[in-house]
Amino acid sequence: MTQLQLPGLLDTETIRKDFPLLDRVIHDGKKLVYLDNAATSQKPQQVLDVLNSYYEQHNANVHRGVHTLAEEATALYEGARDKVAAFINAPSRDEVIFTKNASESLNLVANMLGFADEPYRVDRETEVVITEMEHHSNIVPWQLLSQRTGAKLKWFGLTDDGRLDLSNIEQVITEKTKIVSFVLVSNILGTVNPVEAIVRRAQDVGALVLIDASQAAPHAALDVQALGADFVAFTGHKMCGPTGIGVLWGRQELLEDLPPFLGGGEMIETVSMHSSTYAPAPHKFEAGTPPIAQAVGLGAAVDYLSAIGMDRIAAHEHAITEYALKRLQEVPDLSIIGPTTAEGRGAAISFTLGDIHPHDVGQVLDEQGIAVRVGHHCARPVCLRYGIPATTRASFYLYSTPGEVDVLIDGLEHVRNFFG
Amino acid sequence: MYQEVILDHYKHPHGRGLRDGDAEVHHVNPTCGDEITLRVRLDGSRIDDISYEGQGCSISQASASVLNELLVGKEYPEAQKIQETFLELMQSKGKVEPDDAMEEVLEDAVAFAGVSKYPARVKCALLSWMAWKDATAQALSEKETA
Ligand SMILES: Cc1ncc(COP(=O)(O)O)c(C=O)c1O
Repeated sequence: MTQLQLPGLLDTETIRKDFPLLDRVIHDGKKLVYLDNAATSQKPQQVLDVLNSYYEQHNANVHRGVHTLAEEATALYEGARDKVAAFINAPSRDEVIFTKNASESLNLVANMLGFADEPYRVDRETEVVITEMEHHSNIVPWQLLSQRTGAKLKWFGLTDDGRLDLSNIEQVITEKTKIVSFVLVSNILGTVNPVEAIVRRAQDVGALVLIDASQAAPHAALDVQALGADFVAFTGHKMCGPTGIGVLWGRQELLEDLPPFLGGGEMIETVSMHSSTYAPAPHKFEAGTPPIAQAVGLGAAVDYLSAIGMDRIAAHEHAITEYALKRLQEVPDLSIIGPTTAEGRGAAISFTLGDIHPHDVGQVLDEQGIAVRVGHHCARPVCLRYGIPATTRASFYLYSTPGEVDVLIDGLEHVRNFFG
Repeated sequence: MYQEVILDHYKHPHGRGLRDGDAEVHHVNPTCGDEITLRVRLDGSRIDDISYEGQGCSISQASASVLNELLVGKEYPEAQKIQETFLELMQSKGKVEPDDAMEEVLEDAVAFAGVSKYPARVKCALLSWMAWKDATAQALSEKETA
């Protein structure tokens, strides 16, 4: 296949050699076309090698021994923290907390605030603000917190073209608001949200801001200082890292003030039978043996992405997204759910195809080797908002090619004929 | 998985639409958003009608159509046996090769044998059957108390 050239594309031929899984062939000879990157990314050999060598050469528990391996493992684990801190431009490495995924990071903030003293405390006099386009991971923790504390849960609605409706921002974010938590890039609509307007309003009323950057960190440069938020959460497995590792970045003074959530080894200073004192952040929030190999793997992933360059990755995905949006809109009966142009959107594109149920679309595409996600993408309120049961979603990454978009388009044509 | 029979039932469903019933249930498949509202009308112990309305994939829609075609007019014990046989087939993970005896009981529903190999889709195929079981139990217990 001759590759279509679009401005901004990366040299995918070289990049794809780093990802062994992309060579897979499924269903008797169909070349895999992996378009489910918003669910999880594939892993480069560089990350796999680091994971292996960690277990083969350095494995030990961290922060708990004076022997050589323990020191090596600790240096690798803490080294990964340095790498992640640099990757997100954190002012201090101590602001980077390792968790097991974005969900845990988001739940951690909800619980810090639920147990906090004034002025952070969320209780029946206060309000929590989210949006209608959140992943369930950024809805349910706040529902739990509201149910437990009596706080009122409020949210921004969506416009018909898949963007946040901020027209009533002054009514939604008020003096009572303690925290505003929202997604930077939607995993279902692809929308990139306007951070500045929300952060400014939140700061005016003294509310904290948490940003779910799960679909942002893998795809473009993430600068926590430029965002101006108080907390930023993301997950390692969507950005070439292993599963089992997530990140919560938080502003240092907040992490000092806010109470721990999980208790255990590693997070303490001294323990008696009556009470304990806690280690300083980030360790205060990392009870028990952490995901050591996974953190080291995430460090390797960050190295891999940085070596290519996040701006170049973003440009590549922008070009692919633009091309995919154009081609998808040529398919009869196909409606894009979310912004229909590549401006202010990420590389996840949801759509419906006439009356054909997404399950059927996904299954028939799979028979042709094409992996997409179908369903409500853990964002059921979005489906309810647009009156659809589910969507089919194709999502791209640094190794995606225009040729793969073409295969998807042909595959959709086949789906239409099959159920037509 | 997409047998001709399944596609036929999907494109031309039997007995679709809600009619009078003795009991109504609403079942959803939370992983994919398939939904069905289903009513059962009994005439003594005979299944007089199964009517339904819902949205979902071809597998869940076709399966509801087959359910209607197979069970309407049957005595409850026989219908129950068909339901149990279908359940057994769908839970077989593709390991049960339907024999003549099974085909006799299940008729068009044997076409779903292939679906049982796809764990994510088994729930789609079972949605209407579970709804029927639930609705019938309700209708029967209401008759008893009446
Ligand atoms: C926007 C968004 N937030 C949160 C999550 C949760 O990530 P994880 O399942 O790794 O906790 C995801 C991924 O599914 C996501 O897309």
